[in-house]
Amino acid sequence: MAHAYTPGLKVSEKTIVRKERRLPLKGKVLVNVGDILEANTIVAKTELPGNVQTLNLAGKLGVLPGEIKDYMLKKEGDPVEKDEVIAESKGMFGLFKSQIKSPIKGSIETISGITGQIILREPPIPVQIDAYIDGKVVEVFENEGVAVEAVATFVQGIFGIGGETKGIIKRIVDKPSDPVTPDVIDESLKDRICIGGSIVTKEALNKAVKVGMKALVVGGIDDYDLKNFLGYEIGVAITGQERKGITLIITEGFGKMSMSQKAFSLLSSVEGKKASVNGATQIRAGVMRPEVIIPIKGESAENLEVKAPKGLEAGDLIRIIREPYFGLIGKVIELPPELQVIETGAKVRVLTVQTEDGKQITLPRANVELIEE
Amino acid sequence: MNQKNDLKRIIATDCGSTTTKAILIEKRGDEYRLVVRGEAPTTVEAPFEDVTRGVLNAIREVEELTNTEILEGEKILNPSNEKKGVDIYVSTSSAGGGLQMMVAGVVKQMTAESAARAALGAGAIVMDVIATNDKRKDHERIELIRRLRPDMILLSGGVDGGTITHVVHLANLIAAAEPKPRFGSGYDLPIIYAGNRDARKEVKEILSEKSALSIVDNLRPVLERENLRPSRDKIHELFMEHVMAHAPGYKKLMKWTDVPIMPTPGAVGLLIEKVARKENIEVLGVDIGGATTDIFSVFQGVFNRTVSANLGMSYSISNVLAETGIQNIMRWVPFEIDERDLRNRIRNKMIRPTTIPQSLKELMIEQAIAREALRLALIQHKRMAVGLKGVQQERTISDAFAQTATGASLVNMMTLNLVIGSGGILSHAPRRVQAALMMMDAFEIQGITKLAVDSIFMMPHLGVLSTVHEKSATEVFDKDCLIRLGTSIVPVGQGREGEPAISVRIEGNEYNLKYGDIKLIPIEQGKKVKAEIVPSKRFDVGKGRGKMIETELEGGVVGTIIDARGRPLVLPEDPKKRREHLDKWFSELNLYPSN
Repeated sequence: MAHAYTPGLKVSEKTIVRKERRLPLKGKVLVNVGDILEANTIVAKTELPGNVQTLNLAGKLGVLPGEIKDYMLKKEGDPVEKDEVIAESKGMFGLFKSQIKSPIKGSIETISGITGQIILREPPIPVQIDAYIDGKVVEVFENEGVAVEAVATFVQGIFGIGGETKGIIKRIVDKPSDPVTPDVIDESLKDRICIGGSIVTKEALNKAVKVGMKALVVGGIDDYDLKNFLGYEIGVAITGQERKGITLIITEGFGKMSMSQKAFSLLSSVEGKKASVNGATQIRAGVMRPEVIIPIKGESAENLEVKAPKGLEAGDLIRIIREPYFGLIGKVIELPPELQVIETGAKVRVLTVQTEDGKQITLPRANVELIEE
Repeated sequence: MNQKNDLKRIIATDCGSTTTKAILIEKRGDEYRLVVRGEAPTTVEAPFEDVTRGVLNAIREVEELTNTEILEGEKILNPSNEKKGVDIYVSTSSAGGGLQMMVAGVVKQMTAESAARAALGAGAIVMDVIATNDKRKDHERIELIRRLRPDMILLSGGVDGGTITHVVHLANLIAAAEPKPRFGSGYDLPIIYAGNRDARKEVKEILSEKSALSIVDNLRPVLERENLRPSRDKIHELFMEHVMAHAPGYKKLMKWTDVPIMPTPGAVGLLIEKVARKENIEVLGVDIGGATTDIFSVFQGVFNRTVSANLGMSYSISNVLAETGIQNIMRWVPFEIDERDLRNRIRNKMIRPTTIPQSLKELMIEQAIAREALRLALIQHKRMAVGLKGVQQERTISDAFAQTATGASLVNMMTLNLVIGSGGILSHAPRRVQAALMMMDAFEIQGITKLAVDSIFMMPHLGVLSTVHEKSATEVFDKDCLIRLGTSIVPVGQGREGEPAISVRIEGNEYNLKYGDIKLIPIEQGKKVKAEIVPSKRFDVGKGRGKMIETELEGGVVGTIIDARGRPLVLPEDPKKRREHLDKWFSELNLYPSN
């Protein structure tokens, strides 16, 4: 089985990171190919159509739907101010007129002679997107956005909550096995992207939000604590929209799990540097994992060789991602092609790995992931 | 593709959300048989983000196992000769992550409900239903459409010749929301109008410039009749064109196949419908996947399909927890487990969906979760399977109002003849009896019912193949696909512990079960035996309380399971007592190696 393939998370000291920054609707791109940008630079902007309100004019005037056009003082497309009179009944002998005022500032979207309703639209809502990472514009998508590229230290997590944010990296524990508890969090961590160890408690997470920490990267979290922190159960793993005042990135999984030594060392080595992080996770189509990106100043993408993804082979370093050996790191010794019977009685494809303490374990091939550069 | 009648070798794949499965079928003599199956993880994940990688890997495994050359580089060799190539390649897919739709109709219980049924029948997730009597304000409806960003909207409303005003109002709301599709700004959102034909002109004026509008026949042309097929077909067509085409690598895959790729649930449904028609029986089929659980049924000759979009064993496993609650999952676990530990295990399966249970305890936990996913999916199915008669539904107005209020369902577990289980957790259960009991527990099967599983999960492949070459699909289905597990005999009723519940006489042997007992009687596959079944006076096996039934039982790889645990199935509240019960039942059936 030369083609066995198990996706792994990227933990790379130096790689090329490319980010596409697209507007939700067509708009204006503000930068050019070759521009060197800071993460906060606005790269494109547009206007989202304003909210709309309906008004039952026929009902308010006591006329038939087909007649409302006769009473309108404004046409479709006309701007209106809040409380401006937009329709008026004729009244009797010029008296007892009823006037209908606009409930909002905006414009008249439609006047329907069929429903007797008019739709008013509020002014457009401006939307702008930034570069997200320090880097260079390598492509412009006309009226839509840009691609920004940087040579960066790049660490992917397995699950996260909260969206994009930027800040300075700060390590807050000594070892990858250390938990993040409230006592390691103080006011000095305001606006920081903090690197923790094996688990974060609910109390620590609440304190992190209180002191204004921008993001926390940690090995694990107890699901019960996450549920209490969010206030609801996560159903399908599509996250990133949470507004809890912090972006949280889990690198290993749920429960107490030491952050992989490689990720911990790498993130510790960039302490004090500026990072862009995003907790957005989507495990279904269009897979998205949370990420920590630390652009390396002065590095050029041209000189960097990026390894093509490959299949699992003997000698590869893997991580076990399922009980009962969850979290152990090992080296692939053998990939026997025959199916083997495991404890459950199932016949599956297996592999043999040697763990860091020298022990050899045979386990389902589906339960390991490649540690990728 | 070679001439249809001249197919010698067939390769078929199903790209599931977790695994891509390939099967090779060959004509040997006069008959078609399954040769081998290969599989590989579905590669929508980084770094490949291309569904065809998984397809190639699965086909390469087939090549290795059969020593037959099928690929030349990344091209499928077609046509075949003695040693290499295939004559046709077909595929199904559910790797796009599902179709998410919003539906709208004038009256919630009438056209809006019909629209929801059409969308569900086509395999969609219905994100929300908008109706003029849904008690929302207009701005709330508009906000909802904007926020949910569906893949597609189905707008219905009004019988032909009926209200135009309300339909136009709904169209205006949709237009005002300027909805954008989930997959970015590159294309217009598909909207299907299937309402009052007299409002078509107005709807077109309002929506044609702001969306990709399609108009089909009214799905409720008169109050007494539904006509869902045109809407379903259009949804299917737009799904392939707009939504699936955005799954990574999908455009390439569409070029490789000889016939259009079918959504996995569509193909499975097709096959189950054929089985029911052929044998003239009532069938319940289930396909429990990583992201979704689909239920198919044929009751009183009526085919129904529902898709429980967020009930599955990997991507959606956490949603099973969210919907049923941790206690309902823990009640099926036969050992003591800390709630926090169980929660974390479920979440870890969600974030690493391709892993499999290695230890027995992990297997038991997954099978406990599967019971709940299946149970919830059947509840949803019962709610929607209310009286569709194929394409058209004849119903009185009062029935139409009554259906939601009473939930009157076509699904009748007592008259059900055959249950077919499909999907990894059932098809790959290490012991077949595990699949049998999971289905019996989750569906609370009643009376006398045959049980089967899709042997190695090839119903989707055979479903799509049957659209172009029925002979090969039918032959492989009969001989290689369906594994007959046996028959379950389940008296309905409640008793007191230790009280006699049922007596079954098979080939001169008499089996007397007390309330709370379960028993497995091996009857080998292919064998049919006469049985005399006598429930005690509190119990019913189909003909009424205490009424005897003489019938023929079909054997299978498991045999006959007599289940006198009572229906509804009630597990003891006390955790220790409950575990003792589970232990007893599992041991009796020799469910797990340690038992």
